[in-house]
Amino acid sequence: MIKHLRSAADLDAATATLILDTAAEMAALAGREVKKLPTLRGRTVVNLFYEDSTRTRISFEAAAKRLSADVINFSAKGSSVSKGESLKDTALTLQAMGADAVVIRHSASGAPHRLASWVDGSVINAGDGTHEHPTQALLDAYTMRSRLGRLDGLKVAIVGDVLHSRVARSNVLLLTTLGAEITLVGPPTLIPVDIAAALSPTELAGSASLRGDRLVTGEKALGLPASANPADDGKPSAFSPAAITKVSYDLDSVLPVMDVVMMLRVQTERMQDSYFPSAREYSRRYGLDVARMRKLPEHAIVMHPGPMNRGMEIAPEVADSSRSTIVEQVANGVSARMAVLYLLLGGKA
Amino acid sequence: MASPRADTSTKIILTGSDLHRVVDRIAHQILEKTSGATGTVLLGIPTRGVPLAQRLAARIHAFEGIDVPVGALDITLYRDDLRLHATRALGKTELPGGGIDGRRVILVDDVLFSGRTVRAALDALNDVGRPSSVQLAVLVDRGHRELPIRADYVGKNIPTALTESVRVSLTETDGSDEVKLTGGDDK
Repeated sequence: MIKHLRSAADLDAATATLILDTAAEMAALAGREVKKLPTLRGRTVVNLFYEDSTRTRISFEAAAKRLSADVINFSAKGSSVSKGESLKDTALTLQAMGADAVVIRHSASGAPHRLASWVDGSVINAGDGTHEHPTQALLDAYTMRSRLGRLDGLKVAIVGDVLHSRVARSNVLLLTTLGAEITLVGPPTLIPVDIAAALSPTELAGSASLRGDRLVTGEKALGLPASANPADDGKPSAFSPAAITKVSYDLDSVLPVMDVVMMLRVQTERMQDSYFPSAREYSRRYGLDVARMRKLPEHAIVMHPGPMNRGMEIAPEVADSSRSTIVEQVANGVSARMAVLYLLLGGKA
Repeated sequence: MASPRADTSTKIILTGSDLHRVVDRIAHQILEKTSGATGTVLLGIPTRGVPLAQRLAARIHAFEGIDVPVGALDITLYRDDLRLHATRALGKTELPGGGIDGRRVILVDDVLFSGRTVRAALDALNDVGRPSSVQLAVLVDRGHRELPIRADYVGKNIPTALTESVRVSLTETDGSDEVKLTGGDDK
């Protein structure tokens, strides 16, 4: 078993499947009268949160407590961080207190990797900047598997601000490892340049020379259901680990063949950066409303990692429909995180 | 447990047909001791306790036409030796429909050794419900208890050395029915 969970890329197919299977057993335990298990008694889990979070922090706390671990919650507000303490000094403090696992959320991409070199315990990435959020990907994969019965060959559209989304990045890494086919959908400005360049040299017109020029790449392909195999181009993208990730700028054209549509939050804090002309235009082109939901196959599910902007990327009727797994995802989050904590901390150190 | 290389001294303790007779006997004993197996639930401890529990239920049904609920109780999360080994994968826990509250639970396992598995099972049961009583059925009792635990139904008592290991094979999990004793020569 791995020691840290810093990236969804840490997981090979066997380990990821083991985590999902374990999560299924943990979920079965959640229905019991006594939900607590003695498994991690005497172990200490520190929730180190430099960024705001509702569901991830609570979810990790509930998961650790159900396994009887001692939980220390640390949020940057009201700690010595506001007095200027560095991540390293905070890490050394935690180390001295004997934390067996540190769950870290930080605005800087890569913070969990640095942290892992300073502490002896396991480090679990609970979201680092625009980089990764592996446990979200695990709970998403678990939700898909429990709703649709499989992951291999599943067609998944990840829609919205892919560029800034750590959820998207981790999901692409994990789901392709598990055999799903991903299509990234969004305005060209919000699809990472490297993946757009690595994909479809014909449809995206001279990808290599346009590398870094996201607008031109976007314009040429706008409205096209651009989808091709990155293997054509022979250039591996830093973002796509497998040859099965596609890109499309047209949501309507991809919906009819999807098994899963994962809507990403429009990060309103970035709205001023002119990634798209207006919230209204974004919503009309890439928001999932009732009419668009009807284009999905009968069995398809709608996911959202939360927090959502109702009426922006997802219509309230869609969010509350029976296809939506949004509340289920939260419940599954506890099971998935219990599985991760058990598998990282349960055995011999 | 014995080292795996010591298969120079492999002894077959129970053949397939012996094993079937032993299961038949335990089924009869359960019927006798529980006056017809009323209000009884069989819970197998994964991996091999589960098919054994199913076999016992099938035999009880064949003998008296009674359907005894069968389930599985995974005890991995309750083990006291988790930190001594690499992380273990979890087994399945499946409780029969009516639950276990107020019923007589018979735990079923393949080998009774230190007794620690049974202790963990008792802890796990405690979190699942409150049975009226708990009994233990094992295919093989190999001795060397480390806890004050004994079985109510024993298929076969096998005196063993600590260096030996008992291998139970069942058709459902291993392709054939057999109990073997290996090792023991200790160099």
